[in-house]
Amino acid sequence: MNFDFSDDQKQLRDQARKFLAEKCSPKAVRVVLDGKAPYDKELWKGLAGMGFLGVAIPEEFGGAGAGHLELCVIAEEMGRANAPVPFSSTVYLAAEALLIAGSDAQKKKWLPAIASGEAIGTLALFEGKGNPSPKTIKLTATNGVLNGVKKPVADGAIADFAVVAARTGSSGRESDVSLFLVDLKAGGVEVKSLTNLDPTRGQAEITFKDCKAEPLGAAGEGWSILTQVLDRAAVLCAFEQVGGSDRALEMGRDYALDRIAFGRQIGSFQAVKHMLADMYVSATLARSNSYYGAWALSTNAAELPEAAAAARISATQAFQHCAKNNIQVHGGMGFTWEFDCHMYYRRANAMALGLGSLSYWEDRLIDRMRKKNAA
Amino acid sequence: MPTNSVENERWWARFALPTLRTEQGLRSAMNFDDTPQEAAFRETARKWVEAHAPKELEAELSKSSLGRIRLAQHDIVDVGKAWQKKKAEGGWACLHWPREYGGRGATPIERVIWQQEEGVYGKLTQPFQIGEGMCGPTVMAFGTEDAKRRYLPKLASGEEIWCQLFSEPSAGSDVAGLRTRAEKKGDNWVVNGQKIWTSGAHYSDYGLLIARTDPNVPKHKGLTMFFLDMKSPGVEVRPIKQANGMQEFNEVYFTDVVIPDTQRLGAVGEGWSVSLTTLMNERMSIGSRLATGVPEMFEFCSNLMLEDGLAIDDPAVRSKLASWAAKSNGLKYTSYRTISALSKGERPGPENSIGKLVSGMMLQDIATYAMDLQGAAGVLTGSDEETVQGQFQQMLLSSPSMRIAGGTDEILRNIIAERVLGLPGDIRVDKDVPYNKIPTKGR
Amino acid sequence: MNFDDTPQEAEFRATARAWISANAPKKYEEELRKSSLGRTALKNADILKVAKAWQKKKADAGWACLHWPREYGGRGSSPIERVIWSQEEGPFGQLSRMFIIGHGMCGPTMMAFAREEHKRSYLPPLASGEKVWCQLFSEPAGGSDVAGLRTRAEKEGDDWVINGQKIWTSGAHYSDYGILLTRTDPTVPKHKGLTMFFLDMKSSGVEVRPIKQASGASDFNEVYFTNVRIPDHQRLGEVGDGWNVSLTTLMNERSAIGAAVSTGFPELFEYCSSLMLDDGPAIEDRAVRSKLANWAVKASGLKYTSMRAISALSKGERPGPENSIGKLVAGSMIQDVATYALDLQSASGVISGEDAELAGRFQAMLLRAPGTRVEGGTDEIMRNIIAERVLGLPGDIRVDKDVPFNKIPTKGRG
Ligand SMILES: Cc1cc2nc3c(=O)[nH]c(=O)nc-3n(C[C@H](O)[C@H](O)[C@H](O)COP(=O)(O)OP(=O)(O)OC[C@H]3O[C@@H](n4cnc5c(N)ncnc54)[C@H](O)[C@@H]3O)c2cc1C
Ligand SMILES: Cc1cc2nc3c(=O)[nH]c(=O)nc-3n(C[C@H](O)[C@H](O)[C@H](O)COP(=O)(O)OP(=O)(O)OC[C@H]3O[C@@H](n4cnc5c(N)ncnc54)[C@H](O)[C@@H]3O)c2cc1C
Ligand SMILES: Cc1cc2nc3c(=O)[nH]c(=O)nc-3n(C[C@H](O)[C@H](O)[C@H](O)COP(=O)(O)OP(=O)(O)OC[C@H]3O[C@@H](n4cnc5c(N)ncnc54)[C@H](O)[C@@H]3O)c2cc1C
Repeated sequence: MNFDFSDDQKQLRDQARKFLAEKCSPKAVRVVLDGKAPYDKELWKGLAGMGFLGVAIPEEFGGAGAGHLELCVIAEEMGRANAPVPFSSTVYLAAEALLIAGSDAQKKKWLPAIASGEAIGTLALFEGKGNPSPKTIKLTATNGVLNGVKKPVADGAIADFAVVAARTGSSGRESDVSLFLVDLKAGGVEVKSLTNLDPTRGQAEITFKDCKAEPLGAAGEGWSILTQVLDRAAVLCAFEQVGGSDRALEMGRDYALDRIAFGRQIGSFQAVKHMLADMYVSATLARSNSYYGAWALSTNAAELPEAAAAARISATQAFQHCAKNNIQVHGGMGFTWEFDCHMYYRRANAMALGLGSLSYWEDRLIDRMRKKNAA
Repeated sequence: MPTNSVENERWWARFALPTLRTEQGLRSAMNFDDTPQEAAFRETARKWVEAHAPKELEAELSKSSLGRIRLAQHDIVDVGKAWQKKKAEGGWACLHWPREYGGRGATPIERVIWQQEEGVYGKLTQPFQIGEGMCGPTVMAFGTEDAKRRYLPKLASGEEIWCQLFSEPSAGSDVAGLRTRAEKKGDNWVVNGQKIWTSGAHYSDYGLLIARTDPNVPKHKGLTMFFLDMKSPGVEVRPIKQANGMQEFNEVYFTDVVIPDTQRLGAVGEGWSVSLTTLMNERMSIGSRLATGVPEMFEFCSNLMLEDGLAIDDPAVRSKLASWAAKSNGLKYTSYRTISALSKGERPGPENSIGKLVSGMMLQDIATYAMDLQGAAGVLTGSDEETVQGQFQQMLLSSPSMRIAGGTDEILRNIIAERVLGLPGDIRVDKDVPYNKIPTKGR
Repeated sequence: MNFDDTPQEAEFRATARAWISANAPKKYEEELRKSSLGRTALKNADILKVAKAWQKKKADAGWACLHWPREYGGRGSSPIERVIWSQEEGPFGQLSRMFIIGHGMCGPTMMAFAREEHKRSYLPPLASGEKVWCQLFSEPAGGSDVAGLRTRAEKEGDDWVINGQKIWTSGAHYSDYGILLTRTDPTVPKHKGLTMFFLDMKSSGVEVRPIKQASGASDFNEVYFTNVRIPDHQRLGEVGDGWNVSLTTLMNERSAIGAAVSTGFPELFEYCSSLMLDDGPAIEDRAVRSKLANWAVKASGLKYTSMRAISALSKGERPGPENSIGKLVAGSMIQDVATYALDLQSASGVISGEDAELAGRFQAMLLRAPGTRVEGGTDEIMRNIIAERVLGLPGDIRVDKDVPFNKIPTKGRG
């Protein structure tokens, strides 16, 4: 047994951390937060230059040909830096969907463009409120022509292409759903930006009107592909959340050491100490669950669905917990725009919803554990 | 009457029951009914509200919750001032204050009845709460008669807004650690320093200011309280953008600001005990209108369709709603107990101090869960129909402040532990030490 | 990252499995599988006897305390082998409960501080379960604050004479030996005047009085010492160095890795999987699922946290501090789990013992759980440890440091 990242992978982490510390300072994040840019283009280019965008993309498609473990390591650092780039939509969702279901031609067209930073991709799944489910897909595809509205679509306003979930049947079963690949710069697409909790990451509404699209994967296979994509993304997002939790915990710890009240470091009050200890506990549980998810993802193990759900729940809770109590440790300062605490609070709560809510993943986890036990 | 002794344990059956059964006994026991006078008062209040309230805002106000008392077409301060002025003219502003200071001389119960009848329009009083709840009572307790007659009626009518200038960058929980200096020059005081997080300073006319007048004595002993005109030369207000994107609080800088000694409240060096009056009043006024998020959440779940039915029919949702409802009921009835005590002329116990502690965290949890129920669309904060116009998203972003402003959760727990349960205070390293000898840096 | 056995590990696992299958007391397997925190007794046998027999058998074949050196009764195994063994031992591992203190704390302390001849004579019977050890640290006035203890040891010739009282001593009533922390100098600051010993529990002047626990059982005791004599060669570490020695013990307690803390989750999951509510199986109820999922990720978080520590150990690295979260998380979790299981039983949840649902498994758990949050460091002390040692936050402000022990206040009020 070896339940840890390798030395090479740890080196990669150090490198990513250094790179992001330099290129993705809180000041840089604020440019996007304040609405002065839709995302950090320079950083995006830099990430491509470092080979981080294509780290899990095979060499034949222009990637680095490393694996998902390496991607996990980078994801953690992206979360820690609160990076204002469409990394999760492009890399965890669009690229993974292509890797799972894309034809050779589709992979050749899009994966190298992702790796080089030329193409931003996303997944257009949701249609208003509610959680991922075949029933909620109303957008139709008839003979490769899409009609309908997707909302919210993460990074939809800056994406070049989208993987779109569409209804192609009416049997009331999962097989009613198929996936399509849409070039968003082509005709029949209307994109509207939406305000959202975390302005460092865009959300959009995309209307498809007689939009031509090519199928991604076999007809009727859409839901089963999506399930796999969401499981993979759950693990990768969990690493971002773990990175964010750690950073929030560190910020709280540092402030507790620096701030004086009543003539003492506030970190000497047990109320504050114990609050931070509890944050550490959540962050540690989340990290361990995420490691297991990483193992399952990298080996494509049968345990992946269960491991992914556990990582998702644990990391979502940890990030929410750490981000919220980091504000509390900072007192009034934590409630100002000027301090960075709220950026993590926003990101934590936005990430909690991006792949479907916590309740949804709770449900999935128990389903999967039950199936395993029955087997 | 025999006492409740062990030998006579059924004393109550013989002696107490007959008394309890009389009409007077029944009335002295628990009930929520209005007395005839109260009912008459309620009727008058209701009619007045019915005739005068700005009905055009009712729908918008009822949808607004913590972090969102912002009107689409109007400035809340303007609308608030108009409503408050109308109330003052009708005798409904600060109604528990004496008439000569702009009130109605009403009883605590009447005040509660008024608040119930004022309903959603009560949300318009937000800009006046600090003045009404803290500054007014402090002036009432420590101001000269002239000052009271000059300032209180205008405070009550909303013509002049007051703010509270206590917190400083290095003195929030530890208010007594504040550094803003006031030095005596002739009949005046000259103030230099900085306050922070002063809610509403940008639209306030007057402020209640606590300053250090003697840095050579232990920190609680060298403080003095004043009030001042916010338009005095040397006062500079700089708005701070909050974490939720709004700008409701400020930094306030004082450069050689002159305050006449007549505007001192309480004796020189007595500022800490004067401030406790303010804070105690804050504690009493808080509670009655504390937002918990429960009514909003209940309504939301009653209308929300999940995949397989109404949210309110889902066992997981019900289980959460039920425990929040129990908490918010607990708070409501705790504040009723306080009101009851007040109306009998008793000093309310410390129970009310649990209000903000319970509701702050609850608001945060409720907002998070409401968004969870909205699924991925829960990230949207615009006027999207999926998210009830971002009601809970605003609540989520604003709720951290509830756990900080007016005493952090941790300080409130200390207060409960120490003042209610009688546990010892924290070990203090800064007591009995001259103020200018206390460490100011962590690492 | 991988969870596969290396070829040697696989071979070791096969050997262990074959031996267990041939030698374990199978007739208790079902019952042991069903046992959980607060309920480990066997219906028709004395669990102490069964446990001792199993431990002896293991020792004879080289499977007891397998990570200890051979000369002290172990097998010289690697940390991973130890983990593999405990995976294979499965429910029979429940039988080691009464040896945990001896094996996890007393043994390592002896190994680090006892003379060679003592190690050779005392450790093998400790490993084989022939002799049971207990830990005599806590006192009425020194629990979290162990260093505040008062039991006196005074030197008389080559012996030490002990007077005082210990409390909460688990298993003292069936123990043969104990390690004992005493005060040898009350005039110096409290951490400086302590000395550690080991002693025969049958020494004259030792009196053990069982304490009835909140759960109704009696697992721990008060132990009184009246002029008990301990020879100086049974001293562990230097005179006045007892605090350091005790830290070795306590650190060992915390790093008894793999000795998985029980969370109650597997029991609850199993229960909910078979329980029928009014309108269907409990496990299909959203409210139940939501709770289960939250506990599931805590339980798996703990499991994988300890795997990370094992992994570090097996690479020869010192495991990080992560492991200190185990008891803190598990303690309150098992309490919540038990409460919820009772809630699902509704009014009948109040019945305990054999007549209750699942023979009172969750009732017993509920009653035992508060002990987990106290023993071996309370929740609050664990949080302090994490905050101070892991996060680097300042220690509590102390009023008792650098003050001679006999000048420290001993009463709260009045
Ligand atoms: C929205 C908002 C509006 C406000 N309006 C006003 C206003 O109008 N006028 C005004 O004067 N002030 C106002 N404040 C300031 C508010 O009262 C202070 O922020 C608050 O008292 C906390 O002080 P602090 O920010 O300095 O935090 P600190 O005191 O530095 O606290 C930081 C952390 O340390 C903890 N801590 C501090 N001391 C202890 C202790 N002894 N034991 C345990 N934990 C401790 C705190 O709980 C907190 O978690 C407002 C604040 C907010 C957020
Ligand atoms: C904007 C703001 C709002 C606040 N709102 C509240 C509030 O709503 N409720 C509240 O209780 N505190 C409130 N506090 C104050 C908070 O209680 C103090 O900061 C805290 O008690 C620490 O004070 P201290 O240790 O400096 O004084 P201590 O040394 O603890 O106290 C000094 C003296 O004041 C007395 N004292 C201190 N606090 C109180 C109190 N609250 N009530 C009665 N006596 C007291 C003590 O008995 C003691 O005699 C608020 C502070 C700020 C800045
Ligand atoms: C089932 C069980 C088995 C045990 N077995 C043994 C055994 O075999 N041998 C042995 O020596 N002991 C044993 N103990 C004793 C155990 O180690 C002590 O009970 C424990 O260390 C707590 O000490 P105490 O009971 O004196 O509580 P106290 O130390 O008096 O604690 C009371 C409360 O105060 C809190 N507290 C104390 N100090 C602090 C602080 N600095 N900061 C914050 N909070 C604090 C605690 O968290 C607790 O909530 C056992 C206990 C139990 C319940």
